[in-house]
Formats: sequence, C-alpha cells, structure tokens
Amino acid sequence: MSAADTDVQKSPGHDAESVRGAGALLQAWRLLRRDQLGMFGLVLVVLMVGSAIFADLIVPYEPSQILVGPRMGPPSWEHWLGTDHLGRDLLSRVVKGGQVAFMVALASLGAALTFGILLGLLAGFGPQWLDNVFLLLFDGVRAFPVIIFGLATVTLMGPSLWTVVFVVAVTSIPIYARIVRTQTQALKNNEFIVAERAMGAGTGRILGVHVLPNVVGPLLILASMDVPLVITTEAGLSFLGMGVRPPTPSWGTLLNDGYNYIRNSPWPVIAGGIPIVITTLGFTFLGEALRDIFDPKLRKDL
Amino acid sequence: MWLYFVRRLFLAVAIIVVAVTLLYVMIHAVPGDPASVILGPRATPELRAELRTKMGLDEPFVVQIVTFFGDLAVGDMGTDVFTNRQVSTVVFEQVGFTVALIAASIGWSALIGIPLGCYSAIRRNTLIDKITGVLSVGTIAIPSFVMALYALLIFAVWLKALPAIGAGDEGFWDQVTHLILPAFAVGVSWVGYLARVVRASMLEVLGENHVRMARAFGLPERRIVFRYALPIAVLPTITLIGVGMAYLLSGAVFAEVVFSRPGIGALIVDAVDSRNYPIVMGCVVVTTGLFVISTTLADMANALLDPRARESL
Repeated sequence: MSAADTDVQKSPGHDAESVRGAGALLQAWRLLRRDQLGMFGLVLVVLMVGSAIFADLIVPYEPSQILVGPRMGPPSWEHWLGTDHLGRDLLSRVVKGGQVAFMVALASLGAALTFGILLGLLAGFGPQWLDNVFLLLFDGVRAFPVIIFGLATVTLMGPSLWTVVFVVAVTSIPIYARIVRTQTQALKNNEFIVAERAMGAGTGRILGVHVLPNVVGPLLILASMDVPLVITTEAGLSFLGMGVRPPTPSWGTLLNDGYNYIRNSPWPVIAGGIPIVITTLGFTFLGEALRDIFDPKLRKDL
Repeated sequence: MWLYFVRRLFLAVAIIVVAVTLLYVMIHAVPGDPASVILGPRATPELRAELRTKMGLDEPFVVQIVTFFGDLAVGDMGTDVFTNRQVSTVVFEQVGFTVALIAASIGWSALIGIPLGCYSAIRRNTLIDKITGVLSVGTIAIPSFVMALYALLIFAVWLKALPAIGAGDEGFWDQVTHLILPAFAVGVSWVGYLARVVRASMLEVLGENHVRMARAFGLPERRIVFRYALPIAVLPTITLIGVGMAYLLSGAVFAEVVFSRPGIGALIVDAVDSRNYPIVMGCVVVTTGLFVISTTLADMANALLDPRARESL
C-alpha cells in the first residue's frame, strides 16, 4: 500500500501539513470542512449512526410486527420503503437493523483493539522468540478468508450475534497487533525511551505512559475505517443465514428474505442493500479524508 | 534467488500448519464436540460414542492432529458424513468452478482497471481522473454480495438478459454466459481497486529519475509511458491480487450462493447448514491453501521481477 500512501502525500488540494495530537482537533475539523467528499461521508455516517442510536424513537412501526396492509408492497406514504413478505414495514426493519450492525461493530472492534494492543505490545517489547511466535500466529489467523473462517466457526458455535462478534474480533486482532508491534519496535530504541529507562522507569511505565499514547490515536482512526468491513461481514453472514437470527432484524437477514422472494418483489432486496451501501460509502469517504489529514502511514506495515 | 524461494516456501508451509493447528485447537476449545454437532440433539450416547471412535475423536489431541496432517499429506481429508464419499473428491469436484469464477473476475477487472488507472495518472486532475477516483472508492466500498443481488435483480429479473442460475452445461458459450453476472459482481470492486493502485504507482514511477532522463532524451511520451513506466507501475498489482485472494474467495462464496452456482462457496454453505463437519474442514483447508499459495506465488513473482523484494525475507 506504500504506493497509495505516497500518492496521498502528493495529491494536490489538501495541505501537506500533518496534524498530531488531540490538541489539533480544531485544525483537523477545518481541514475536513474543505474536503467535500469527506464532509459528504461525515453526513452519511452521522445519518446512519444517529438513526441507529435513536432507532426506537424513529421507527414508524414495530419492526417485527406483522401488519394488516399489503405484503411485498412497493414504497408508499404509509411504508416509505415498502413491506416484506410478511407485511412488515421495511423502513422500521432497516432502522432497527442498523442498531444490530453498529452494536456488532462496536463490540467486535473494541475486543479486537484491546487484544490487538496487548498482543502487539507483547510482541514488540518482549523477547525475539516471542515476537517470532506471535508473527507466525498472526499470519496463521490471517490465512483464513474471513467468511470461510466465519462459516467454520458457525458450524461449531451455532449462528448468533456473538458468533459474528467473535469471528470479526479474532480475524482483526492480527491486523491491529501487527501495527502496534511495528510501532512499539520503532519506539523501543528511541532516545527518550532509553533516557527514561536510564532514570529507572519500569517496562510498565514505559509502555503505559510513552508507547501506548503514541499508538492508540492512529489505531482508532484505522479502526473507524474498518467499520464497513465489520458491517459487511455481519450482513454477509446474516445473509447466508449464519449470523443474526430472526426475528431480530439485520440488514443481512433483510437481504436473505428479499433474495428468496426476488422474483415476486424487488423492494425487500433494494431496502436491505441501501443502508449497507450508504454506511460503507460514508465510512470510506470519511476515513479517506481523515487519513489524508492525519496520515498515519500505517497501512504500509500490513 | 533460490534461497529466497526455498525460504518463502518454508514459510508458506509453516503458515498452513499453524492455521490448521489453530483451527483444530479452536474445535477443541469450543464446548460440544463435532460428533454431537453432526448427530444433532436427539442422538443416543451409543451412537455418539460410535461416531467419535470412527472420527478418531477419542484419541489424545496430539495424536489426532498428527494423524490429520499425515492423512492430509497423502490427500486424505476423511469421508463425507452423509454419502461416505472421500472429502477430497467432493471438494476438488467443486474447486474448478470457484477458480474459474475468480480467474474470470480478476481477468476482466484487470483489463479495465489497469488501463483506467494509467489514463488517470497521465491525465491527472482532469474531470475523468476525478470521476474515476470517486467511482473507485465507491465501488471498493460496496460489498460483493450487495452487488451480486442488485446485478441479479437488474440483469436477470428485470431485463431477463442473462441467466441467473447454475454454471451452464451445454457447451462453452453457455458456461461463459453463466459466468458473466457472478464475475461482474465479484470483479467490479477490483476495477476501482486496481485503477487506484495503478494510478498511484504510475504517478510515482513517472516522477522517477530514469523517466525524467527519457524525457530529456526527447523520447515520445507514448513510448515513455508504455515502454518504460507501465511495466514498473503494474508490479504492485501482482502483490495486491495475491493478498486479495482472500477477498476474491469471500466474494466467490456469495456469488455462488446468489447465483446458485456450484463451487467451494456453495459447498461449504450447504455443509454448514447440514452440519457436514468433514466437508467444512475440507473446504477450510483447501481455501486456506489456495490463499497461501496465491500470496506465495505473488511474492515469488515479485522477487523475480523486482530484485529489491528478495532482501525483505
């Protein structure tokens, strides 16, 4: 990915100055406001996250309530996105499904970040043999295509929301751990760390006070760029009937229902796909803009 | 050079061994055992014990995994629970369909994506470049199964232009028309991906000294681009495709399910549904193998073409 990174630096229209630290947030916001595509992404993200948070206030109907109205009906004033094969309101199910999607994203990325940072620090700061063992483990986990690994896990643990969280967390841990490891190793022999050690600081203090703050910020940006990946995995597994179980609405199960009736009515499939596209587009555009601003140059290490 | 190849191959084997071991550890760490998973909740203890013995689950863990690798080395991956056929036979019957789909997807997207990236780099900051940029990010962001469903809806259900079910059987052309929609769905985000990477690396190469020298000699721009810059600029795509095999495989799984195509993806989804545990294991091993082989080949091709890459291992 190094080629793409250098392109970002050279590309005109954005300032070469890079922003560091939380104190520069205001400046980052100013840079972001100049980036049209980034702002567009932000609007989409706020729309989707907001509708997920306030889902219970927004939904016009109870998402799993079977209504008396038309089945597989087209969009109308009563049902903005139409109704599904049981006559349930699709808009309500889409909004409620967003809640599931973001919950999975939050839980799995949180777990992946926590374990990724811990393992990365261990690999980066520990002895050489431990580093080698961890690297081989990371490569081993990353050798599974995510969906295939997910399907194998579902066979063992049964389909559920937590299986999805487990799959996403396990497959993302190596990515974050590798980044933390590389950063830690780069910092380890820096003069200020050596000086700190000479003054008698223990490994815990060095890691907690000096290494961690340098690592966490960029990692959070990367994690936010991975939200689309998580949401896609959840929706994908649910689409295959291996993720979130009905009657809990999920964008994936909406698509699955729609797929079964695709020759009768296009509306369920259209309604299930739109939120996924909006969310992934929003996070991608926003993430690209944020990466241009903060430029962590981290993807190289993958 | 040969030393690099040998070390890279050794690493590939190590990764496969680690991956399969991890899978095995996971199977044992998870509550419940494969025998009860296969037999379902109503199985009698005797039946379960019988199947456990048959599958070798009574042996100690180390013995099991050594046996598994020993069998794997001679191509034996156990037998299908329901039909008693060899897992390797069942899996390799299907693998061809998946490989054909992946090859077709990456083929058409490279044919369009690489020239598009080149064009964007040369005509930088024109309207077409900007549109390509936005479209690339857009197509990369859209997951392949959503693309597959929308493609199915538009081209097969509404326009009725292309077949939507199966792989086709009557001759070559029939199979090709059955490939179009799935390959479109899997490959479309790769057009954007490849265009972006080629554009970035082309811009980098065009700024290098040897290109400036070629300009100073007064070579025509066309010759500079095609003869001197392009061969270097497409190098990163090799690595990208190698590493991207995981995404291609995932995309193929969805495309096969959506378009009811035979292949590894359809096989594993069916096997998970029916808890056909040996088949699931077989599919995981084969896809993991495919992924590791493709990254290894990509690294080797890179080492052949770019001497600097050899020193990194």
